[in-house]
Amino acid sequence: MSTQSADAAQILEQAERWLAEGRQVALATVVATWGSAPRRVGSLMAINDQGGMAGSVSGGCIEGAVVHEAQAVMAEQEPRMLSFGVTDEMAWEVGLACGGKLQVYVEAVT
Amino acid sequence: MKRRTFDALRKAQADRIPAALVTDLGTGFQTVVTEATQQGDCALEDEFLPQVYEAIVKDRSGILEFYDGQFFVNVLNSPLRMILVGAVHIAQALAPMASLAGYDVTVVDPRRAFATDERFPAIRLNGDWPDEALEALRPDRRTAIITLSHDPKLDDPALMTALSTPAFFIGALGSRKTHAARLERMQTQGVQADRLTRISGPVGLDIGAVTPAEIAISILAEVTLALRGGPKHKAEG
Repeated sequence: MSTQSADAAQILEQAERWLAEGRQVALATVVATWGSAPRRVGSLMAINDQGGMAGSVSGGCIEGAVVHEAQAVMAEQEPRMLSFGVTDEMAWEVGLACGGKLQVYVEAVT
Repeated sequence: MKRRTFDALRKAQADRIPAALVTDLGTGFQTVVTEATQQGDCALEDEFLPQVYEAIVKDRSGILEFYDGQFFVNVLNSPLRMILVGAVHIAQALAPMASLAGYDVTVVDPRRAFATDERFPAIRLNGDWPDEALEALRPDRRTAIITLSHDPKLDDPALMTALSTPAFFIGALGSRKTHAARLERMQTQGVQADRLTRISGPVGLDIGAVTPAEIAISILAEVTLALRGGPKHKAEG
């Protein structure tokens, strides 16, 4: 089994548990990458309205921003596409491994 | 994502059915596509579906363009599977190789003397008749089926059943002569000639394989080509 599929199953399972608890849930998916990206296209992250998260869309460098945007998406119930670009120089400065660009689609489960 | 779309995804995963979540990036409409079903905000066009199926088989998520639209296809796949019919010498080499290559392997053989744990350590064995076994295993678009027994009693019903599944690869071991005879038998049993072209026979890339391990390599290489490559470039002659 590819790890990605196994991961996706676990992440959606966690999302389902949150929904069962009455939490609001958003899903973030990597839809495109350029250059070096630590997570493949299709990688999923689930976020709840308390800031809880499962899975990841990067090596850790943009999760904070995605969780923040996810709160707005849950409030507005409108999906949005996020673009992140990290130059090699910036990546070096903030100590992150990813020097690429990626797009992340964030949507609420309604 | 609507809750019912989410639930359809979860169900496909629970049932180990290969599925893709297709999101129209223009409208936000979403559809869950499996071999048999489409569930979601709108049905995808028939001309677009083959591209989605190909993405599922190749486990390749990404953005696909269709007419003016951009669609994100997220493939949520079940594991690759390989079903080998005939617990023979070549199966003993092919089963562990295919496991290493990432396939969930099942060896089907009702003959107890062949299908033993000693001969197939750590490989799942199924002692049912091949047609029944195949029906129960429900091959999907991520499954390869290969008959190795050389025994028409086992191979023929297995191949007939395999043809009614969406398996991405169907192969049959045997010389050109025995393969021609096999195709003739199946035609007299009512299988249409054009459907028989799905069967790769004799299975295996022509790499001059001699030993069982080499033949297993040639078979696994052909399955890999079918999975990852374009059209089959099998050497003729």
